[in-house]
Amino acid sequence: MSKVTTKKWDLIIEPQQGLLDVNFKEIWNYRDLLFLFVKRDVVTVYKQTVLGPIWFFVQPIMTMLVYIVVFGNIAGIPTDGIPKPLFYLSGIIIWNYFSECFLKTSDTFTVNQDMFGKVYFPRLIMPLSKVVSGLIKFFIQFFLFIVVYLYFLVDGVPVQLGVELLLVPYFIVLMALLGLGFGLIFTSMTTKYRDLKFLIQFGVQLLMYATPIIYPMSEIPEKIRYFIFFNPLSHIVEGFKLAFLGQGSLTTSGLLYSSVCTLIVLIVGILIFNKTEKTFVDTV
Amino acid sequence: MSDVVLHVENLSKQYRIGEIGTGTLSHDLKRWWAQMRGKEDPFSMVGQVNDRTKKAESDFVWALKDIDFKVKKGEVLGIIGKNGAGKSTLLKLISRVTAPTTGSIKARGRIASLLEVGTGMHPEMTARENIYLNGAILGMTKKEIAIKFDEIVDFAGCALYIDTPVKRYSSGMRVRLGFAVAAFLEPEILIVDEVLAVGDAEFQKKAIGKMKEVSQGGGRTVLFVSHNMGSIRTLCSRAIVLNQGQLVYDAPADEAVNFYLTTQKEKASINLENRTDRLGNGKLLFTNITMFNKNGEVCTEVVSGDNIKLMIEYRTKADIMANRFLLGITFWDKDEHRLLGFSTDEMGVEIKRLEKKGNFTLEIPSLSLRGGNYDIKLVATEGGTQMDNMLDNIAGALSISVLPGDFWNVGRPNRSGSMVILNGLVKHV
Repeated sequence: MSKVTTKKWDLIIEPQQGLLDVNFKEIWNYRDLLFLFVKRDVVTVYKQTVLGPIWFFVQPIMTMLVYIVVFGNIAGIPTDGIPKPLFYLSGIIIWNYFSECFLKTSDTFTVNQDMFGKVYFPRLIMPLSKVVSGLIKFFIQFFLFIVVYLYFLVDGVPVQLGVELLLVPYFIVLMALLGLGFGLIFTSMTTKYRDLKFLIQFGVQLLMYATPIIYPMSEIPEKIRYFIFFNPLSHIVEGFKLAFLGQGSLTTSGLLYSSVCTLIVLIVGILIFNKTEKTFVDTV
Repeated sequence: MSDVVLHVENLSKQYRIGEIGTGTLSHDLKRWWAQMRGKEDPFSMVGQVNDRTKKAESDFVWALKDIDFKVKKGEVLGIIGKNGAGKSTLLKLISRVTAPTTGSIKARGRIASLLEVGTGMHPEMTARENIYLNGAILGMTKKEIAIKFDEIVDFAGCALYIDTPVKRYSSGMRVRLGFAVAAFLEPEILIVDEVLAVGDAEFQKKAIGKMKEVSQGGGRTVLFVSHNMGSIRTLCSRAIVLNQGQLVYDAPADEAVNFYLTTQKEKASINLENRTDRLGNGKLLFTNITMFNKNGEVCTEVVSGDNIKLMIEYRTKADIMANRFLLGITFWDKDEHRLLGFSTDEMGVEIKRLEKKGNFTLEIPSLSLRGGNYDIKLVATEGGTQMDNMLDNIAGALSISVLPGDFWNVGRPNRSGSMVILNGLVKHV
């Protein structure tokens, strides 16, 4: 009899359940909320600004110009024979997406503590919505890249599409999930140890220099290349450049390495996040 | 048993007290180490009962301890207790904002809190967008909201401003909008915390009205937290009393309220030592005032017509001439009218000596005040009532509430409304 009745409960709240107990069905039930959060993010960012969505373009263009001057002309770092604007822009937009996913999800708990302290909904919805709204921003900037790309193509510059183009969606997903995974880990840890907040600030910037954004992989001396190889982001960025610009070093082992890293980081992130979300209100 | 919609079993919640942040890493490591060796959590052992009046003996405290109760479908359960008894913690656990330390909560259907209104609303977005967002946060699907959209707008009374950003709304309108969304959520289990209720009196009335409607019409279950014993009595069918994190009483609302009020009486001895709103030269200080009801129990609530006793304790800092000493005890209503009083000099009370510490008692055989709230003022002087001679003077030393009672011995209570009753006789001739 008691077994029959326990089955009928819609909801059972218990202390710290098993690590692997992530309620994906519930997240699916709240999918409307996810899209409403995305809408909120996209709609409200540039409210009451004169330029509005044009700001989406200003940031990558300005960054590109600075990189051309500083790294291209002053430092004279070669770009594998690819026109500098294309080389930097491709790196910037894919990097932007990663850092957006990472930074925006890494403060999920601290930023939303008021809301989380009042109502329950699957907390994972919040970081997921950041990843999706980041994707929209990415596509807008990607459009900018395409425009610049077409300009150079018409101009007759020898850039060529690679067969790796088919892998581009996969690269984007990897970037998103890697950023999300790291973000989930960091937001879970910062609820208790605020030290990490400071680490993130400059950590992401430093990480960019450990990724072939402003330099091509081929320019790295053999000794250091070993280190860059261990950065799972390197292979994704190189693959992205290879797909559009025909220059870049992507190996199967590298891609496999990135994929496995992403999977591990994501799973660890979700598990830690899931454990933290239940009681973070008490410790935040 | 299938009509039980909420089952709380052995529910406990432990909190760390003091500063959270430093030292947690070492605690975490110790915990982890204990877990690895299969031992019990070293920090859950030292938890103590949540008693705020004592200094903490350990870093952990049980905000809730072993709470057990069931709520049936359609029942309105009142939750009463002093501030810090664990009411809000219980609601937090039931609404899943935080997880319990031990025990479980099982529920059937959706749980929603009526008064956490407007959560997640974004000021830059329009009312229309916010209704969808807020509804979704509370657990509705887009479809459900779309069906109820017109009703929500109607209820909030903001049809005209539906496409205006919410930041242009007055705070009252924002609350109404949020409340409207919550009101149409139609959860199976509704949580209402009157303590947290924002908004004006009218809004609170509306919230309570909605709650009544929900529990009576829809057969839904309501959990109601309030400090107002009147609303608990009238709205709830059953009530539980929490004290220091423990469930101490579970009974029909009337009984539970009575139990709660009697346990409250313990604290009625009022310490006057630290009062700063006093006049006088301080040669004598009133230290305590205590009221006893007809059964000799300490209380702040007495019944009209009952025998009561007041005890006033004092201490002296210098010698006081007893023959010139005067103690005045006066009763005031809430509009600061002096209603009645006692003066030791007029009454010819013999005071031989004032020791370093001592007390006076006042007995009133039949309290001749109608139902209402009164303040007791204490005055002590040394030779006349001029300011120079004032020893101590505390207005509102004790606030008492008099319940309507049978002063006239006619078998029914008299009316409320602050007034002195004079024992007399009226005849029709």
